[in-house]
Amino acid sequence: MGALSIRNVRRSYGAVDILKGIDIEVESGDFLILVGPSGCGKSTLLNIIAGLDKPTEGEIHIGGRDVTHALPKDRDIAMVFQSYALYPNMNVAQNISFGLEMRNVPKPQRDAAIQRVSKMLQIEHLLDRKPGQLSGGQRQRVAMGRALARDPTLFLFDEPLSNLDAKLRVEMRAEIKHLHNKAQVTTVYVTHDQVEAMTLGDHIAVMKGGLIEQLGSPDEIYSRPATRFVAEFIGSPAMNIVNGQRAANGFASHGIDLTLNDAQRSLVGNGHPDGILYGLRPEALLLADAGLPGTISLVEPTGPETYVLVDTPIGKMMARVPGKVHQAVGQNVHLHWSAAEAHLFDAKTERRVG
Amino acid sequence: MNTAVAPNRLDWQRLALWSVLLLFAVFFLLPMYVMLTTSLKDMAQVREGNLLSLPTAPTFDAWSKAWSHACTGIDCGGLKPFFMNSVLMVIPAVLISTLLGAINGYVLSKWRFRGSELMFALMLFGVFMPMQVVLLPMSQILGWMGIASSVWGLVLVHVVAGLPSTTLFFRNYYVGLPDELVKAAMLDGAGFWRIFWRIVLPLSTPITVVTLIWQFTNIWNDFLYGIVFSGAGSKPITVGLNNLANTTSSVKEYNVDMAAAMIAGLPTLFVYIVAGKYFVRGLTAGAVKG
Repeated sequence: MGALSIRNVRRSYGAVDILKGIDIEVESGDFLILVGPSGCGKSTLLNIIAGLDKPTEGEIHIGGRDVTHALPKDRDIAMVFQSYALYPNMNVAQNISFGLEMRNVPKPQRDAAIQRVSKMLQIEHLLDRKPGQLSGGQRQRVAMGRALARDPTLFLFDEPLSNLDAKLRVEMRAEIKHLHNKAQVTTVYVTHDQVEAMTLGDHIAVMKGGLIEQLGSPDEIYSRPATRFVAEFIGSPAMNIVNGQRAANGFASHGIDLTLNDAQRSLVGNGHPDGILYGLRPEALLLADAGLPGTISLVEPTGPETYVLVDTPIGKMMARVPGKVHQAVGQNVHLHWSAAEAHLFDAKTERRVG
Repeated sequence: MNTAVAPNRLDWQRLALWSVLLLFAVFFLLPMYVMLTTSLKDMAQVREGNLLSLPTAPTFDAWSKAWSHACTGIDCGGLKPFFMNSVLMVIPAVLISTLLGAINGYVLSKWRFRGSELMFALMLFGVFMPMQVVLLPMSQILGWMGIASSVWGLVLVHVVAGLPSTTLFFRNYYVGLPDELVKAAMLDGAGFWRIFWRIVLPLSTPITVVTLIWQFTNIWNDFLYGIVFSGAGSKPITVGLNNLANTTSSVKEYNVDMAAAMIAGLPTLFVYIVAGKYFVRGLTAGAVKG
């Protein structure tokens, strides 16, 4: 039995369709990421799951129960908001236990829940403080504590880390993952950050324009992106994509032959009259003595690796090279890659070939 | 632009500024001074005609006369009954209009519905509507309800007349409260009223103080509704003061008039002194940072 089932959910505001038919099944204990650019409908979908918004069409089932028209409080869910939404007039302990109090849980049990949660999140020393006296990371912890205290069947996170500074974000990311491994509560997590998506999720739903472009494990999403959008959205720096056509003995772009292996050649066949998009992840490109010639136009060292932008006859290509690079801007280099690394998309539909 | 002025150098600009400010202060404080000193004089000194002189033999006789046995028309019981009427009117009227304004503001900002913006616009219209417009229909309604000429009738009038401004105050304040607070409370299982009492209202202290002061001042100082809608036993202090000052016997007792005016004005003065700092703070404070 699925923990959460989203069935053909649509949402329109007047003439504007925000969600155009979303279907997702989430297994119990799963960590699902909704990721996409702003305006893709991911937050609307989360609000619909939470009951804070209603779908125009479709159904939401939680734990096998149809909750499409149930109030948020009757869905047995907890949510962590981007702004934390801690009650400023209550101290941390009251914030954590408010949901239990509203559900008429007796005081001794509430106190036990406060103890359990504050110990798990290491906020025991903060229980008497007001949210205004806490740092960003501490507030984030309290917000999670408030969600955990209720022991819900479903956790919802709405971009919970986007208000934190970079260092804290990495710490809290690890903590959320750790917490999920321990508690094993089904979770839906909205983010626009692809690193959060890749590191946290068991499954990722990449959304665009109110539709799911691809739903799969992080590995599937990264190594077999279903569309050009997914290929470019996930991965940093973004995938290099060049336009090309089937040529006599393989594949060509701007008159330059690009290699395909036998499997790819048979996949491409003689179809795709509008051409083929040939995608290469930056880490697939190597600076070599032979291969595609080009000139270095930009070098960006990040420490452990260096991003090198190379001007080639088929366009600018970004290469991601381990360690330091001894070549300088303006120098002529060659790019080399193995054909198996190439991702092929139909130029018209922008869908993956094979 | 030379904005950096040496702290211990009094240049002519600064001097001019200070003089103007001082002049204004004197200008505004002078009537107050005349009222206070006159109210402490006896009639003999008042008759001497020197308005600015200090009382030679300060006495509270005028104050006690104004309070308990000055004549207003044919009645000679002083301002006391009027003062009590005003107290009985102002307390429920201020509390009810403030509470209703808070609830209205809460609904119009956090529970919007189809047409709620239009409703708010119409209420805003009420802020700018001249009070005279409602006199006739209002007296009709008070008559139908059977509370014409009573303190409760006045309370109702002031609650209705105050609602547009109290709603405006609270609505604009609550727009600054994050919506996510309400959403979080909904997920926590709180309903409309519990969210209001437990979360929204406790965060409203500054705007509540502003509204209370605003409403108190307006209702206490109101004369028009007071004179139109009150009956023999429900006249508020402003009407009492008017009657007292307009009742002439053989001599015009300026000291009693002044004392009466001071009595009528003291409650608002008191409220501003006690809660004034909240007033300024509430008017300037932005959203509550959580």
